[in-house]
Amino acid sequence: MSIESTIQEYFRKTANAAPLAVFRIFFGILMLISIIRFAANGWIHKLYIEPDFFFSYYGFEWVQPIGEWTYLIFIICGLSAIFVSIGYKYRVAIVVFFLSFTYIELMDKTTYLNHYYFISILSFLMIFLPAHAYYSVDAWKNESLRAQEVPAWTTDSVKLLLGIVYFYAGLAKLNSDWLFRAMPLQIWLPANYSLPILGDLLQQTWVHYAFSWAGALYDLTIPFLLLMRRTRLFAFVLVVVFHAMTRVLFPIGMFPYIMIVSALIFFGPKLHNTILDWISRFFKIQKERFDNAKSYLFSSTATRKATIGLLSLFFLAQLLIPFRYLLYPGELFWTEEGFRFSWRVMLMEKAGYANFKVVDSDSGQSFYVDNTEFLTRFQEKQMAAQPDFILEYAHHLEDHYQQKGIENPGIYVESYVALNGRRSRPYVDPKTDLTEIEPSLKHRTWILPFDDEIKGL
Amino acid sequence: MRKFSFVFILGLILLWGCTDDNPSGPDADDFDREEILVNWADNIILPAFESFSTTTGELKTAGENFTANPNQQTLENFRQAWRSSYLAWQHVSMFEIGMPLENDIKLREYLNTYPVSANQNSPSPDQTIQKNIETGDYNLALPSLRDTQGFPALDYLLNGLAESDDEILEHYTVDEKAEEYKKYLNDLVDRMNHLTVQVLNYWKSGYRDEFVSNTGNGANASLDMMVNDYIYYYEKVLRAGKVGNPAGVFSPTPLPDRIEAYYSKGFSKDLFLEALDATQNFFNGKHFGSQEQGESLASYLDYLNTMKEGADLTELINNQFEAARNQAENLNPNFALQVETDNTQMLATYDELQKNVVLLKVDMVQALNVNITYQDADGD
Repeated sequence: MSIESTIQEYFRKTANAAPLAVFRIFFGILMLISIIRFAANGWIHKLYIEPDFFFSYYGFEWVQPIGEWTYLIFIICGLSAIFVSIGYKYRVAIVVFFLSFTYIELMDKTTYLNHYYFISILSFLMIFLPAHAYYSVDAWKNESLRAQEVPAWTTDSVKLLLGIVYFYAGLAKLNSDWLFRAMPLQIWLPANYSLPILGDLLQQTWVHYAFSWAGALYDLTIPFLLLMRRTRLFAFVLVVVFHAMTRVLFPIGMFPYIMIVSALIFFGPKLHNTILDWISRFFKIQKERFDNAKSYLFSSTATRKATIGLLSLFFLAQLLIPFRYLLYPGELFWTEEGFRFSWRVMLMEKAGYANFKVVDSDSGQSFYVDNTEFLTRFQEKQMAAQPDFILEYAHHLEDHYQQKGIENPGIYVESYVALNGRRSRPYVDPKTDLTEIEPSLKHRTWILPFDDEIKGL
Repeated sequence: MRKFSFVFILGLILLWGCTDDNPSGPDADDFDREEILVNWADNIILPAFESFSTTTGELKTAGENFTANPNQQTLENFRQAWRSSYLAWQHVSMFEIGMPLENDIKLREYLNTYPVSANQNSPSPDQTIQKNIETGDYNLALPSLRDTQGFPALDYLLNGLAESDDEILEHYTVDEKAEEYKKYLNDLVDRMNHLTVQVLNYWKSGYRDEFVSNTGNGANASLDMMVNDYIYYYEKVLRAGKVGNPAGVFSPTPLPDRIEAYYSKGFSKDLFLEALDATQNFFNGKHFGSQEQGESLASYLDYLNTMKEGADLTELINNQFEAARNQAENLNPNFALQVETDNTQMLATYDELQKNVVLLKVDMVQALNVNITYQDADGD
């Protein structure tokens, strides 16, 4: 059999629709909880309404909070999560969820987290999956949509995305700081001294190394252990233990719960049908109505081909984006060129300090900027150690002081950054007038060298 | 299937069970962080507040004596009480936590906001000390009146009303508003003492225990909050407030009238050096009013340092405190005069102070793994 026909065959294979339906239900619920938690913590106000200035992603400067109306975006996002969960107007709901959630993330780069990015691309992927073909309000009402079987590749695509997240996170840990200096865990773990039992262990150097190596091994192997039937249950125990640990040790929010529940998709349909039975019994839903033994059909062959084509491109991009750092010279951890969107999770303890000097080029007078006048403490912290933030802020300062009447302000920065327990050292070239540099994706020549090496991927 | 449910439920219990804010277990490792909190509370914060509240009590008495009988002698006594209290203040100014929240006491803002808004020549002529006195219509609890009270307002009323002491005394004797002047003085010292006693009592009536037992890590743990406050104080109040602002570091030209105790002409350096000592003592855990030293940031850094084999951060920071002190020795007792005659000396002092910001805010914070933000947001 040729490769082509093998591929053809794979794409024709179907699988029980329950796993995807369960995934959709839990995904919606967890997203709703996340949004409510975010609001209940007062973070909408604190992060998106209080600050005067927001850091934008390159090319997305037009995405800004909209004052008090920002709450509306969160409400829309929460409502769409409910609709996704119950599978009502699913396609519209998941598109709205993807757009509103991504809009929220794009509003301020300060809050970037890998797991928010994960939610964004996962919800993008879900737009194209028939997660509503089974056990949804849509399928309940619409007989032509209802299907007990879906193409196997649709469920597999979720597994693939999860696999990429884990495996790439594991690859990123294969560096000398993580493996041979136990950094940054050596800084982070001792701070948990007040935990019962663990607290004392976390002071021990060998424990820092053990956690580092175990973490890397876990990330690299877990997708495969979950895939194989014989190791699946063991792997799931590992998933629960690992994420429980991260939940206890680090302020990591909803992410552990999301990953644990997502990992359920690796299990066979028996489990998922049992879960749906429980739900049916509780809500008195007639599950049998969905069990029609039909297979989900795309509305046309063209749609099917387009979907497969698009998702292939999507996954190709996912495989390549984390390696874009290879296009840049210099130490990745120091310059952060190509650091985000690459599943480089928990790899760095980076602290910085940036002191901006405004020089009136006409009069020669100069003064320093009080960052708290423009940024929240959280923003200042993020800004001080990341070059793209520093540059964007410098341009904001330029605009501000131009409005204040300084025609040609030069903006210089004295900055220091400490990375993974090394002593702080000068970061940005203090002789560079940052107003002369336009934000771009090009290599940043105005960052001083790291003068050390972190070997590895 | 049953096996699976068991694992799943066990996992969830484990997960939720562990995420409760557990009370701290017994610390068997060789460094007990609670000792830092105990040392701070019992040997530094409480004694410093005790001492300060004594001086505010004396200040109040001196104010009453002066207003009862305004003459050269009572004025001199009042000034002396003001100077002692202002120096004692430098030892508590950095402690922002432990303020009774219900009354929204922000001690530093009510006791030491400067420059004051003295009269119609001030940047905000709507609410000034002179206006308060003339109209008699003021509520010192309002945040908008912060720059018309506290030590800086007393500075103005005791030293800044006129050039000579005789002329100053006239405001409290022959001036047609003399009674209003005296009332205002008494209101000021009364409020200063009252606020201070409230904070001290808050610490004594339970907050001390709350502070000491709030171990753990996270944005709301005592250690994290204190380190945040401490760095904020060093950067904003000590470095910028006392030196940087008047030297014109944050403005196109120097601003000599931004110094602390502007009207007393010659007290600003004493206040600065006292605050610098207090800041360094806190870092080293040196007991208030004694040479003894207990656990603090310095000893904790030493402990962490032995783990990480890095540079000796404690020594670097202490050396930098010394360097700033040595540089400041060259300054005129009156910082305003220093700024006007030879600002380079003032700027040089600022530069030495600045170097420690990097060591404290970057290196120390990284080593301690303290969140340098009140944002208890999620991390990766």
